Amino acid sequence: MTESEATRQATMSLWRGDKEGGRYETYTVPTDEGMVVLDVIHKIQALRAPDLAVRWNCKAGKCGSCSAEINGKARLMCMTRMNTFEPGESITVAPMKTFPIIKDLVTDVSYNYEKAKEVPAFKPKPKEADGTRRMYQEDVDRVQEFHKCIECFLCQDTCHVIRDHEENKKAFAGPRLFVRYAALEMHPLDSNDRMELLRAKAGLGFCNITKCCTEVCPEDIHITDNAIIPLKERIVTEFYDPLAWVKRRVMGQRSTQPGKGEPEPPSAKA
Amino acid sequence: MSLDGIERHDYDVLVVGAGGAGIRAAIEASSAGARTALVCKSLLGKAHTVMAEGGIAAALGNVWKEDSWRVHFRDTMRGGKLLNNWRMAQLHAQEAPDRVLELEEWGALFDRTADGLILQRDFGGHRYARLAHVGDRTGLEMIRILQQHAVHRGIDVYMECNLQRLLTDGGKIAGAFGYWRESGKFVLFGARAVVLATGGVGKAWKITSNSWEYTGDGMAMALDAGADLIDMEMVQFHPTGMVWPPSVRGLLVTEGVRGDGGTLKNAQGKRFMFDYIPEFFRADTADSEREADAWYEDKKNRRTPDLLPRDEVARAINSEVKAGRGTPHGGVYLDIASRRSPDYIKKRLPSMYHQFKELADVDITAAPMEVGPTCHYIMGGVRVDPETAAATVPGLFAAGEVAAGMHGANRLGGNSLSDLLVFGRRAGAGAAAYASRINARAIDDAQVEASARAMLAPFEGEGPENPYSVHADLQDTMQSLVGIIRTEAELAQAVQKLDELGQRLERVTVEGNRQFNPGWHLALDLRSMLTISTAVARSALTRQESRGGHTRDDYPKTDPEWGKKNVVTRKQGGALQISTEPLPQIPEELRQLVLAEEKAQPGGVK
Repeated sequence: MTESEATRQATMSLWRGDKEGGRYETYTVPTDEGMVVLDVIHKIQALRAPDLAVRWNCKAGKCGSCSAEINGKARLMCMTRMNTFEPGESITVAPMKTFPIIKDLVTDVSYNYEKAKEVPAFKPKPKEADGTRRMYQEDVDRVQEFHKCIECFLCQDTCHVIRDHEENKKAFAGPRLFVRYAALEMHPLDSNDRMELLRAKAGLGFCNITKCCTEVCPEDIHITDNAIIPLKERIVTEFYDPLAWVKRRVMGQRSTQPGKGEPEPPSAKA
Repeated sequence: MSLDGIERHDYDVLVVGAGGAGIRAAIEASSAGARTALVCKSLLGKAHTVMAEGGIAAALGNVWKEDSWRVHFRDTMRGGKLLNNWRMAQLHAQEAPDRVLELEEWGALFDRTADGLILQRDFGGHRYARLAHVGDRTGLEMIRILQQHAVHRGIDVYMECNLQRLLTDGGKIAGAFGYWRESGKFVLFGARAVVLATGGVGKAWKITSNSWEYTGDGMAMALDAGADLIDMEMVQFHPTGMVWPPSVRGLLVTEGVRGDGGTLKNAQGKRFMFDYIPEFFRADTADSEREADAWYEDKKNRRTPDLLPRDEVARAINSEVKAGRGTPHGGVYLDIASRRSPDYIKKRLPSMYHQFKELADVDITAAPMEVGPTCHYIMGGVRVDPETAAATVPGLFAAGEVAAGMHGANRLGGNSLSDLLVFGRRAGAGAAAYASRINARAIDDAQVEASARAMLAPFEGEGPENPYSVHADLQDTMQSLVGIIRTEAELAQAVQKLDELGQRLERVTVEGNRQFNPGWHLALDLRSMLTISTAVARSALTRQESRGGHTRDDYPKTDPEWGKKNVVTRKQGGALQISTEPLPQIPEELRQLVLAEEKAQPGGVK
């Protein structure tokens, strides 16, 4: 890092306003070495705009609070280094577009919390005979990937099914929740069934796997490949596989769920 | 002022704070049949628990079958320099394994042992590998599982709601009053019992691992309601925070780095912790690099001094830097790159790898990290009953960092997440049981009006002060005068400066309106931060010895007489009163267990 970088100024345009409307305001503040966008926002609060609204907590990419659109890209403000911009490059920070504005950079993300309420809960299988719950690392690895989600909702923000289509929100849970469904469906101990809900109410079929969500995930979760596509495949097996359909009608049983640990023997099913 | 337009909700149990302790308390209260509300300053799932990295300490015995609650209890008491409330430490050690297994019942996926059980990792001050963990993001797993479980139970959650005052009826809890961050409008909760789970006050220091939320509001509200605080001088500086670049200074580097084999070195490349083994831990600690390195694989060896309790390591780093053996940016080196393979490091410490790569341009699989102490945790807080987590005010309960006693003078790493679960559950149960025994109490309009007026005062001020500069000066004061090493002169100076800051706070004027206004929120948070900072400085001035998280340069020795006392903070007639009171006495059998040398246990096996 050079001396000039350590003492230079940053100029940033921030969206200021509320649900009635707003505009971009430009601020210039001094910067220190190693600053991230959120540091500059805090400087602006302290020196220029004390009532500037912004959400943040951990400032380390672990809590997922400071999501925004920086130069049009869905990003965490705390993990966007100022030195990733060219000297003199204009920097614009806007609130996430998919959610209603509250004020300045703060949006109403309650949609995500409402959709989370609809997810059928984790329901564990009975314990092992010795009273333990044995799971092997290779079986939990892929679910642990989903548990890395920090609920920043950047994937929801960037998902074009809802980004420009408010009307789709009613019947579409979005990539964050698909990751949640996948985590539960692939959990080695879970015994609940969410497939019909996922197909009908959560709107998995709306997703046409453009992978925008995967690209913006700050935790590098392979949302499309590892969560959404396997879920789509399960739905196909469950609802559209003619053999499975006949079996279900005749036997009154759910089809086996490939990949959900070891398939249980038919006698163990309700 | 009319109260007619104020939004009001009524519950049996009101839980304030939605980190691990708060959510666990709400789950328990709701399971017991209490109508329960959970109120938090941020969105649900963002509380500080989410940042916890290393793990949950619990003597599951999955990795070392020799482990038991007794060993965990002994480690906890010794780590706390025997100032702990012994009964809390005992309950904690006994119940932590069940609380961890319960998380698994609710869907948590911990890292596994080869035979499919919960894997446990080494941590500072713990004799055996004891921390159930998920890589270095254990807190995220814990809060998400608790959050989802609470949501499925249908508990009412009030997010971005900041409570400012506990309401009392004849000295007993009747509810709480505060504002919505989004709209700035007031909200009133009538409640038969209130559980405080509001965390600590780390945002009063400049170099800190804490976020904006940790402003001591729960402790300040408890004081105002008439509750006792104890041990407020006991502040933990985590030995390893990032030191470079300046913008990330203080950000936590998990103790798991050392638990997984990393070692501290000074600028000369020396593993300096061998020079800082205190007498108290000498019998338990390796005195050669060979024994220290062998300990990871074989617990017949003694523990590496890199994993002494946090207070010891933080002081050692402080001394090395002061002696001129620090790194260019004023820290020491934490090296795992030369000791473990890149694959192992990335698998065990993915967040640390990511954090250093993204924020400091350092690849921790190839180069050492630069680290130094950062304000992390306060052992002091609301005095509680060990069994029910009841505070000294009827109807008030407290769990987690806001409560005191469990950790004594210094908390061991990994004992926080387990504390949240054990005492969160006990507080929820205690509050629900209490609420079922009493009738709803009356809300005193005068208390509500006074609180509302106080909250709006910063808008009506005409003074020249800006809340952000008052906060910056508070952080400088606490950092330089109430830090790791303290003296009477500096503490006295701090008390005076805090008083001046209080006067400046009266002259703060906030701009803008009540809608999501961080300047206004900070002006209100500063009141509790200043009150609690003063309690810390004055308690530190009172305790004339060095013990755990309280080191006095002018009283460098640990004094057995002070070891029998808690420093107590109360508010009387609007002023803080500091006094000392006897510590609850530990039963002889447990005292012997704590004081026994590990050598007496062949091979460490019990």
